[in-house]
Amino acid sequence: MSDPRLVKFKSRQRVNQIAIALSMVAMAFGLVWLIWILWETLWRGVGGLQLSVLTQMTPAPNEEGGLANAIYGSFLMVMLATFVGTPIGILAGIYLCEYSPRSLLSSITRFVNDILLSAPSIVIGLFVYTLIVARYKSFSGWAGVVALALIVVPVVIRTTENMLQLVPAGLREAAYALGTPKWKVITSITLRAARAGVVTGVLLAVARISGETAPLLFTALSNQFWASSLSGPMASLPVTIFKFAMSPYENWQQLAWAGVFLITLAVLGLNILARVVTRQKV
Amino acid sequence: MDTALQTQAKIKVQDLNFYYGKFHALKNINLEIPEKQVTAFIGPSGCGKSTLLRVFNRMFELYPEQRAEGLVEFEGENLLQSKRDVALIRAKIGMVFQKPTPFPMSIYDNIAFGVKLFENLSKSDMEDRVEWALRKAALWNEVKDKLQQSGSGLSGGQQQRLCIARGVAIKPEVLLLDEPCSALDPISTAKIEELITELKQDYTVVIVTHNMQQAARCSDYTAYMYLGDLVEFGPTEQLFFKPQRKETEDYITGRFG
Repeated sequence: MSDPRLVKFKSRQRVNQIAIALSMVAMAFGLVWLIWILWETLWRGVGGLQLSVLTQMTPAPNEEGGLANAIYGSFLMVMLATFVGTPIGILAGIYLCEYSPRSLLSSITRFVNDILLSAPSIVIGLFVYTLIVARYKSFSGWAGVVALALIVVPVVIRTTENMLQLVPAGLREAAYALGTPKWKVITSITLRAARAGVVTGVLLAVARISGETAPLLFTALSNQFWASSLSGPMASLPVTIFKFAMSPYENWQQLAWAGVFLITLAVLGLNILARVVTRQKV
Repeated sequence: MDTALQTQAKIKVQDLNFYYGKFHALKNINLEIPEKQVTAFIGPSGCGKSTLLRVFNRMFELYPEQRAEGLVEFEGENLLQSKRDVALIRAKIGMVFQKPTPFPMSIYDNIAFGVKLFENLSKSDMEDRVEWALRKAALWNEVKDKLQQSGSGLSGGQQQRLCIARGVAIKPEVLLLDEPCSALDPISTAKIEELITELKQDYTVVIVTHNMQQAARCSDYTAYMYLGDLVEFGPTEQLFFKPQRKETEDYITGRFG
């Protein structure tokens, strides 16, 4: 080791080892909590999981029951919010990237969208409360849908714009060079090339809103029974979990854990689906 | 400078100036692109050869800070002021780019895409057209069993021939090739050069190339450009063996560039 060209080699190697060790510790710290959460959810959730969870209504304290109305409410509101929010988000993303990326309107839209993206969801819940619930003097599933859609839109706008920006300019030029009109270039070429990323963005937005409690607390509220119409209060999994977990009744707590387990499972499934979609080529 | 052609001019350029914002990229260009011949643009990087090519199909219009002034005559009218829809111009003046750009769809759909924009073909007519275009681009034998597979699964050379087939499929009159071989290996390059010679029976071909040997091998006319000026334009043989200008001679003999 007397070679003068290698005098710094030893110390560099040591720094490298320290850096690797620190990274491992940080990774382990993060993973421990995640695994703990998953383990706890699984452990307690599976215990309360019976067929009746899926078939029966939320019970009164210390009575038999399930989460059927909450699951149905969550499913319905998340689905409608996605159907409402996705087209708006994709169209706005297309405008920002393809039509006028550098205009004042686009800069303002981007800025406002970033604010909306990071706005606490309880703010959105209160906003929809004053806008819809207070005006029509009734909590309703529709108000819940609007609140969730308001969370979907900025996520989808952002991912759509980012994914479209990743499409190489050469691909657009090649399409224009064939005499393709602009709308056709966007729908058949650019959006298609960015499809996997856009779908991932939508799926992640769905995953996000299926666990949101705050925007539903003041809008859809909750409902102990099967809500036949979106015009009245509607149960949802997160709000039911919130209510049940805080209660002193054992069967409610048990059901809350089952609900937590179901949501975690659904979100995990969506994330895996998002990965699979992204990996697929064309 | 002698620019008289033995054949008819397909595109006539007069006093063409081009600007990227304030930068003056093409200065008073005058030349005539001969019909059903191969014309090559050569010159060092940044000389404006690709810029000139992108004026012919008005590709530069995609970028608001770029503008062209002057006369580019095609079918008796100035392309730069034409009231015709630019899509119709591009259908007649096709282009192939430096990097292969297969669309995110099957090989078959890559070819059919452009045709469907302008023509209403029956399924069997479309199949014939796709085969015809792929044969023209010398790709048919390699892909005939996997037409439904993705275009991006092909090798670089095959992708580039796919792009040529796609351009040929809509039956343009002029094909603009912007350094079509620069990303390819020698074997693919040889195939595409053969193809260029083949194509000139039906099409007017304009090719931008970095490679002087390529220009010498497969073009009939060559234009040498330098810093936005057209230095010399003439039959390829004359330009390479008896250049009229000292600058051209310096460039092609490698003393410069």
